[in-house]
Amino acid sequence: MLRATLKSLLARKLRLILSGLAVLLGVMFVSGSFVLTDSLGRSFDNMFANSLSGTDVIVTADPAINVSEMEGEPVPGMLTSADLAAVRETTGVAQAIGDVQADGARVIGANGKVVATFGPPRFGGNWTGEVGGRELREGVAPSAANEIVVNAALAKKAGIKVGDQVGVLTTQPKQTFKLVGIFGYEGRLDSRGPVTEVLFTEPVAQKLMLGKEGKFTSISVTTAGGSDPVAVRDALKTKLGKGYVVQTGSEAAAAIASGFKEALDVFNKILLGFAGVALFVGIFLILNTFSIIVAQRTKELALSRALGASRGQMIGSVLVEAVVIGLIASVLGLAAGYGVGALLSQLFASFSEVQLAGVGLPLAAVISAFAVGLIVTIIAAIMPAIRASRVPPVAALQEVATPDRPLTKLTVSGAIITAIGSGLIAFGIAENVWLMFAGVLTAFIGVALLSAFLARPAVSVLGRVFSWSVPGKLGRLNSGRNPRRTAITAAALMVGIALVTGVNTIVTSAEKSLRGSVAEEFHAELIVSGQGSPGLQPTFDGTLLPRMKQVPGVTAVSAEYGDQAMIDGKPGWVSVNTDFPAAVKMFSLSPVAGSLAQPGPDEVIVDDDSGHHLSDVISVQHANGLQKTYTVTGVYKQGEIYGGMVFGSGAIEGMRQQLPSMAFVDLSDNANEAAARKSLEALLVDSPEMLVQNADEYLDAQSAETAQFLLMIQVLLGLAILIAVLGVVNTLALSVLERTRELGLLRAIGLGRMATMRMITVEAMVITVFGAALGLAVGVGLGTAVVRGLADEGLKEVVLPWEQMGIYLVLGAVVGVIAAILPAIRAARTNVLAAISYE
Amino acid sequence: MTIAAPARQITAAAARADGVWKVYGTGEAQVVALREVSVELQRGRFTAIMGPSGSGKSTLMHCLAGLDSVTRGQVYVGDTQLTGLNDAGLTKLRREKVGFIFQQFNLLPTLTAEENILLPLAIAGRKPDRAWFQTVIDTVGLGDRLSHRPSQLSGGQQQRVACARALVSRPEVIFADEPTGNLDSRSGGEVLNFLRQSVIDHGQTIVMVTHDATAASFADRVIFLADGSVVDSLDDPTAERVLDTIKRIGADH
Repeated sequence: MLRATLKSLLARKLRLILSGLAVLLGVMFVSGSFVLTDSLGRSFDNMFANSLSGTDVIVTADPAINVSEMEGEPVPGMLTSADLAAVRETTGVAQAIGDVQADGARVIGANGKVVATFGPPRFGGNWTGEVGGRELREGVAPSAANEIVVNAALAKKAGIKVGDQVGVLTTQPKQTFKLVGIFGYEGRLDSRGPVTEVLFTEPVAQKLMLGKEGKFTSISVTTAGGSDPVAVRDALKTKLGKGYVVQTGSEAAAAIASGFKEALDVFNKILLGFAGVALFVGIFLILNTFSIIVAQRTKELALSRALGASRGQMIGSVLVEAVVIGLIASVLGLAAGYGVGALLSQLFASFSEVQLAGVGLPLAAVISAFAVGLIVTIIAAIMPAIRASRVPPVAALQEVATPDRPLTKLTVSGAIITAIGSGLIAFGIAENVWLMFAGVLTAFIGVALLSAFLARPAVSVLGRVFSWSVPGKLGRLNSGRNPRRTAITAAALMVGIALVTGVNTIVTSAEKSLRGSVAEEFHAELIVSGQGSPGLQPTFDGTLLPRMKQVPGVTAVSAEYGDQAMIDGKPGWVSVNTDFPAAVKMFSLSPVAGSLAQPGPDEVIVDDDSGHHLSDVISVQHANGLQKTYTVTGVYKQGEIYGGMVFGSGAIEGMRQQLPSMAFVDLSDNANEAAARKSLEALLVDSPEMLVQNADEYLDAQSAETAQFLLMIQVLLGLAILIAVLGVVNTLALSVLERTRELGLLRAIGLGRMATMRMITVEAMVITVFGAALGLAVGVGLGTAVVRGLADEGLKEVVLPWEQMGIYLVLGAVVGVIAAILPAIRAARTNVLAAISYE
Repeated sequence: MTIAAPARQITAAAARADGVWKVYGTGEAQVVALREVSVELQRGRFTAIMGPSGSGKSTLMHCLAGLDSVTRGQVYVGDTQLTGLNDAGLTKLRREKVGFIFQQFNLLPTLTAEENILLPLAIAGRKPDRAWFQTVIDTVGLGDRLSHRPSQLSGGQQQRVACARALVSRPEVIFADEPTGNLDSRSGGEVLNFLRQSVIDHGQTIVMVTHDATAASFADRVIFLADGSVVDSLDDPTAERVLDTIKRIGADH
């Protein structure tokens, strides 16, 4: 039996290669993401292992604001000179160095622009000598207040050399320093990943980066000869008491690296999610292939049954085929995944300047490759295997093709499953994201089952477009021949298209809602803002505000300061507005209680959604450690675009950056916007990160970011669509094979090669356009459900991305043409003579 | 004595093979299917090609119909020389000058009987001559079955649809490959009668390959092949004379 199975497997190379390819691509995606995250993870390990070389014990303070990555950036706590003295007194400590290191030191390059890092921190700190792997390459260490050194990669990027005057933005407005030296890191590195470093003398670093002299972010301890770092660590713990974190150098390095790895883990999960979608689509393809194989082998299977094979053996024979395909595809997919993972690691490394620690093959990649490859193929083969076992032995003797079974059962179960899926989605939106995902998958399966019922009318409608020519008409009729096959092939394409359409609908609706709200509620002309990292936003010099107000045409400037803080013990955001009454007008805010006049230094105005009431006292622990209380003096109705707590000016001294990050500028009706903008830009010349934009430009810049996000999703779902296209190729190739005689007949009675190819192409296009249309419909449904579910979040109306949807539909047709190429060539090459001979 | 213009000679026949060799394989494995075969299929006549299995009768028909290439020699359909035509040329020839009736799988299952009949014209982009179409379906007696699909027709009806399809484009010549091979004798007789009738009534040229003496007796002329060569021919055959000839050839070879 096994021998017979393997033989028939070999006899069906083409279709097995195609279904194997689907599994292979999915496995490749899965193992590739493991390989990528593994090699990046080890690279980070290496990078941080030597950042603490020579440091035996490290002391830091408990974080001032302890939030998870999801809630924002944790704000590190600060140490004092007294702490440093205490550490130095501890037995076993040979040397203790106070370090200053904080994000937000932005170097203005030779071209006048701030050197960007796309997210990773731009550290500013104090030069503590050639420790922690730093090596002075050129020049000297900074010894005067106006001297700095930078790491070699930063110097290169900024285009600056020793002796240059360099502008640096910190928590203070731009200051100019003399670059006196350039340093690198142990192992001839120019940088540690994309992170940049600007080092000042200690007091300057403390003032510019931490806001106050005498503060440190950590203390690096070298133990006296013979002292065990663990013992010294414990001694320090005892000495310092609560509020401090004391770690050995290796513990600290591991902790830093694990922070990066957490982010990598999230990244890995996202990639695996997309791989999951691709594999889900792969299941459709394999299921279809096996169904067709079983249908075509009816005689062979019946003969085996007649010769005494049991039903179990029949199921076994199909499952063995599945296992063999799954194994082969897993091995090849793993190999391909290793290649893709290695390639992406290289790309990532060269893009982000991370020294790659060599590409390995993690066990997780191997296990997941085989698990995924085998499970997916077996799941897909079970139904066809059971069907194979039901072939009656008499079928061998009869000259009948398998009759078209009625679709009633399929349609009813499809409708029920779709309803269950929709229910899960509706319930899940409000309750549980995972429930919603489960609903989406269930709905996909339901729609896939329903699609067989939809195939006939859809094909006949779509086909009308092509029916003007004989090949077109024949193609249309062919695609309507086997609704199950057409449906499942189209359904595979549906999944990818539905997901991109769904996401697109949500994004478009959100953007439209935002634009609508802005048009309705925002009544200022210009916005001064800059793009920054989530923790620290670019800022500008607050002393410019009075001069900005004096620009001809400007009637009001409402500037915002902001930082994270713990508000009543919970992480939150503190903002200060320099002219709240102006903001009230600009954002059409209306009072609910109290007054919306400018809050006093220790007062705060809240929105009606905050849960606070007039005269409540709110206690705030600011990011720099300052503790303060504020009294609520006003409550306003939260707008669609403006909300949150607006503190009095007293909150500014608790912020890490005591500078405004944004300003809304109102112009008089007859003001010259262009001239005003020019004057504002001239004032902001020392803050090259800040842009002066009108509302539309500001929104366009935001849209550009969401467009990038959409593009990324489309690329990642591209794999699922690619697999679906393989499915179309497979279905067509099998159809061509099955209809060899018909093709021979058509060729004999005068159908030309080109016409034959056109016939196959139309068949393909009908399938793919049907799939795309189905995907659009399901995607719009999903998107609408989510938008409705998020109505409370300010998504007011469902806006369909018509343009994109049109593109997807055209893409569906194009994909059909591409999928048809090989099968069409094969059909056109049909040997007429061989096709019509019957012996 | 003047040399007759070759063009005249060519148009005298509906199809013609001239010193045709068909050789498969090379060296040891070489098989000669046709050996210096020259036949002329007269216009407006019903010719049967007979012979035992492996005699080359199907190969000859395939070569004459442009479905297979010849190794040596010339083949003409009407005044078109087939040898040397590329695929596009052969497709055009099949579309315009040749009709086919096969033993089975004659019809596209997705099309109705009428659509199947009109398919060659549709492919060629020609408008059907409605009167002629009516004549043809009257002849084959399918008037009430035109909207049926092949799966709803009996084997005999399917072959009649195939006959109608071959006739409707009024080709230079119709090639029928064992058209009654899969039919019972009554349905087979009906099909052969239509073919015969179309020769008599409309001057259609038909070439039929068969191994059935009764079928061959419907033809005006029977050509006998054995071992790749024409060995005999009979005009106005009867079933008995055909059988006698076959027996004699069997004894000779």
